[in-house]
Amino acid sequence: MYNKGTIIPGLIIFVLFVTFPLWFNAFSTAASTVPKPELPPGGEKACIAPAAEMRANHMVMLNEWRDDVLRDGDRVAVTVDGKQYRKGLQMACMQCHSNKEKFCDSCHEYASVKPYCWDCHLTQSALATKKETH
Amino acid sequence: MDKQRRKFLKIAGATALAGISAPAVVKLTSTPALASSGHGKAAEHGAAEHKPEGHGGEDSAKGVRLGMLIDMRKLYGHPELLEKVAAACIKVHNIPQIEGNKNEIKWIWDMAYKNVFPEHSSYHSSKITEENNFLVLCNHCDEPPCVRVCPTKATFRDEKTGIVSMDFHRCIGCRFCMMGCPYGARSFNWMDPRPYIKEYNPDFPTRMRGVVEKCNFCGERRALGQEPACVEAVKDVGAIVFGDLNDPDSEIRQILDKEHTIQRKPSLGTKPSVFYIV
Repeated sequence: MYNKGTIIPGLIIFVLFVTFPLWFNAFSTAASTVPKPELPPGGEKACIAPAAEMRANHMVMLNEWRDDVLRDGDRVAVTVDGKQYRKGLQMACMQCHSNKEKFCDSCHEYASVKPYCWDCHLTQSALATKKETH
Repeated sequence: MDKQRRKFLKIAGATALAGISAPAVVKLTSTPALASSGHGKAAEHGAAEHKPEGHGGEDSAKGVRLGMLIDMRKLYGHPELLEKVAAACIKVHNIPQIEGNKNEIKWIWDMAYKNVFPEHSSYHSSKITEENNFLVLCNHCDEPPCVRVCPTKATFRDEKTGIVSMDFHRCIGCRFCMMGCPYGARSFNWMDPRPYIKEYNPDFPTRMRGVVEKCNFCGERRALGQEPACVEAVKDVGAIVFGDLNDPDSEIRQILDKEHTIQRKPSLGTKPSVFYIV
């Protein structure tokens, strides 16, 4: 092989450079940035579906609830663990997952999705702001 | 070659003639029900539409149709009751209090007789109609013009209850419905309403900038078996009665059968579900 002395070190440098993100991640000591959404502060364990399904499909379910309640007038309560909840983000989900900033936002920010739920729906922190001024 | 061209022109001419005359033929041969605009019962309405009153007969009574009766006799001389009604609605629905005709958001409010019932003469009207304001809200019409013009079906007539509902998720803020509504019952959020809400009701969302809102006949409260907030606010004088207009045994129907009631702008044919005793 001609120019063995430059080609082989060059190749090694190239491979190292291309795989930099992989081995940097593997040896890095910095804390993982994968979000850890806060579990319900009230200690509730059961949700309306298993966690994996909720993680993947909660947005679909919220849309279905929205259409049930607003379009079809079907406001039948959902029962989880013997407790009844009215269908709705504010009425059901956020009764347990009360901290939007620590629960919803943790993943949404990581995944860079910006749902507009809370333009209208109220969070605990939004409710608290009005109590102070009142 | 020449012969073929001649044939082609003949066929083309005949086809064009058939195409042009087809709509006329369809129009002439179709039944009147198909030709009239989707009222469903064209024959009955055809006659009814020329009558001056809003409801062309009792022909459309099927299913539930929620309505309201406002007995103004019990509210005369009590402007504080009108305010109480508005305040109850404002609190329950997180309605912002914004000053100015353009920006204000109204679900239920009061106006002078001549504005509420412009079709009824107010010439030499009694002192009582002159001096009192009248409660007004969305009429939840049986033939709602707002629903007709909504391009996204954000506002629609709920077939189960007859209520004209709003789905704020779908509203694109075009304000066609505000043009369509002859009662001014709809308000547009020109700005973020949250800073103008005095107190939050945690059971109801707020709205965002750029959507239209109006009375929803307290759908969320009725789901819990409660009465609309305005009905509850003046419960002790019994000024507002709420119920199914199509149920002959309902309280509202009993009163409608007994008393003379009027509706707002009946000649427009919107068939309001809000009735007044004045």
